[in-house]
Amino acid sequence: MRLLGLKTFRHGVHPPESKDVTAGMPIRQFPFAPVLVIPLVQHIGKPAVPVVTEDMEVRRGQLLARPDGFLSTAMHAPASGVVRRIGLTPSITGKMVPGVFLEPFPGSTQEVADGTPCDLEEATPDEIVAAIQQAGIVGLGGAAFPTHVKVKVPDGKRIDTVIINGIECEPYLTTDHRVMLEQRDDVYQGIRYVLKVTGAERVIVGVEANKPDAIEHLRDGFPSDLPGSVEALRVKYPQGAEKMLITALLGREVPSGRLPLDVGAMCINVATTAEIGRLLPRGRGIQERVITIGGPAVKDPGNYRIPIGTPLRFLLEQVGVNEDVHRVFMGGPMMGTAASTLDISVVKGTSGIVAFHDEAAERTHKHVYPCIRCGYCVDACPIFLNPSVLNLLAASEQHETMAEEHHLMDCFECGSCSFVCPSHIPLVQKFRVAKAAVRKARAAAKESAS
Amino acid sequence: MISRLAKTLEIRTSPHIVSGNSVDTIMFNVVLALAPTTAFAIYAFGLAGLLTLGVAVGSCVLTEHVLCRASSRPSTLGDWSVTITGLLYGLTLPPSLPLWMTAVGGVIAVALGKALFGGLGFNPFNPALVGRAFLQAAFPVALTTWTPSFAVDRFVSVPGSTLAFPLTEAVYVDVVTTATPLALWKFDRVATATGDAAMGVISGSTGETSALLILAGGLYLVARNMMSWRIPVAILGTVAVVSTLLHWADPTAYASPGFMLVAGGLMLGAMFMATDMVGSPMTPIGCVLYGVLIGGLVIVIRTWGGMPEGVMYAILLGNASTPLIDHWIQPAVYGTRRARGAS
Repeated sequence: MRLLGLKTFRHGVHPPESKDVTAGMPIRQFPFAPVLVIPLVQHIGKPAVPVVTEDMEVRRGQLLARPDGFLSTAMHAPASGVVRRIGLTPSITGKMVPGVFLEPFPGSTQEVADGTPCDLEEATPDEIVAAIQQAGIVGLGGAAFPTHVKVKVPDGKRIDTVIINGIECEPYLTTDHRVMLEQRDDVYQGIRYVLKVTGAERVIVGVEANKPDAIEHLRDGFPSDLPGSVEALRVKYPQGAEKMLITALLGREVPSGRLPLDVGAMCINVATTAEIGRLLPRGRGIQERVITIGGPAVKDPGNYRIPIGTPLRFLLEQVGVNEDVHRVFMGGPMMGTAASTLDISVVKGTSGIVAFHDEAAERTHKHVYPCIRCGYCVDACPIFLNPSVLNLLAASEQHETMAEEHHLMDCFECGSCSFVCPSHIPLVQKFRVAKAAVRKARAAAKESAS
Repeated sequence: MISRLAKTLEIRTSPHIVSGNSVDTIMFNVVLALAPTTAFAIYAFGLAGLLTLGVAVGSCVLTEHVLCRASSRPSTLGDWSVTITGLLYGLTLPPSLPLWMTAVGGVIAVALGKALFGGLGFNPFNPALVGRAFLQAAFPVALTTWTPSFAVDRFVSVPGSTLAFPLTEAVYVDVVTTATPLALWKFDRVATATGDAAMGVISGSTGETSALLILAGGLYLVARNMMSWRIPVAILGTVAVVSTLLHWADPTAYASPGFMLVAGGLMLGAMFMATDMVGSPMTPIGCVLYGVLIGGLVIVIRTWGGMPEGVMYAILLGNASTPLIDHWIQPAVYGTRRARGAS
């Protein structure tokens, strides 16, 4: 759909972008923490299996853990150092997960170990898929779905268009923006790998119009061997969501409960693409990623290339935070998760760390009014659900009705409804609870049936 | 510092930011949008207008406060919604209405129209119209007796009926009563100049007289995205189209569309009462249906009904059909619609 000359999707919201502070700041290297904690589950799928033992010395980039089956991925050492311990560590979800505690050598030059290169010309599509898995690449936009699983097109399906997602619609985050400006060639090299794996005919790089420098930079250097274009989109949240982006760019709708490849499209985050292009030619694995550290409580905000496994406590000490810091979350403020402890680490899916102090946090502590049926949520929901009706049903715990008649399970928790609600009803949280209840009930029903 | 931080970290679920919009902000802006109309009502009807509006707002606000206290809940005056109810209710009343009747209707509006259903957000009908409908049924004569606007002595005296002793019959001996433009047309086929009706130099309810000021208030709310523009457009559009057809068929029997649009309570009702968020549908298509229904009912009641004016009942019937409209008209969910251009 086109509006005012720029493509976009229907509905959605306009949160304050809050990107001006960090958008112009080049990516800086973040120092190594005294101890890096690398969780073995940083992705959707089975935990990786450690191939190192306690007290073993490892080199930066060396394999720490191998994938356990296809739906799993590899972990690499973010620094040269010694493995102190392999044990449980807290994760952002609140669960304890197995992790590798690595103590970097202070005097090391921290050279990165290269592995077996995956040559674009010579490698077969299956070899590229295997190389992506060995590189431990997952969706860096936040979902952390293993990229090699995503790019492997199942038999009988066909992808005609690959969409490179440079939308970055979350407020405060500017990592994808910087990657597009500073790693253009990596992005294009990554696209070549992805096109070869998927067999897609063309690529569209989608960037929101609030990043004109990135759009211009990408267009200027667009390689003649790549079939495709860079498309500017109208700024709107949640345009970075796969379904919204596909609809905005291609006018196709992903059927309820199906995947983008069912409509011949595939979305890959731009930073993920850049990592494919940067790591595969050298046979390296992910040992660091680019994140934005920002928010009103951060004294030295910026975009950093940070080692995977950096604990939040060390991270916040380095950038400095206000005395009255109140809330820290991983990811952007619309969909990010609040940290309950500072002992959790930056993982592959962490696109940003945002910290709010009291005043900024208080804005959400508002009095909850009854629903006045204003319909703002109906106009905001990008999936065209009716959050107001779902809210009434949630109050009486009619979870099955919510799922069966009102498409609850299509909600991807973008938070647009809660954002606009003038009654400050925690709509999306109610839907999370209801979705979990539906999943539980359905699993139980399946079990009793079998 | 960091150790202190870990102790005070607050865990909340996303989204971590919200838009600045709030129920009390929206409601307060509706009050603001009604201010010009209110001021003009007081200017046009003088002391009687001021007293009617004051008693209307006062009785509504007081009832809400007392009922909140009686049910041991915090007072809800801060959300401004009852102020709107009071204002709208007052603006629909004849300026010479005995004040005790105004007060009784105000209590009914809030107690039976709103609190009984559970307060803000749960009232199926517009409370202001519930109060007025009660008065219309209980005191039909007083509710259809009109004093002229811009009386010379309006700032120094009030009609005798205004201060009538409670529970006594209102006496209108000392007042020159006039018919409203709609009644003139309905019963005597006397047409009032559309321009006079638009500007408000006519007789009628306190706030129904100046269509232009009401329109300005409505435009303000639409500009701030605090009102569904579809509802007034659908209502006024329906009235305009149908009355044009009727007037074109027989100009002597049917009033002109311009007159139909600006006369009576149509403008106030379409802009401020039919658009009450609580009682109107939530989907865009639902809003249009609802507006067309109300517009159609206005024409039917005004043209073929027993009363000269039908906006109040049209909106109440519209409110009543809202749950049904919302049940029928749901947004077409993404991914369940016809696939466009899928390969």
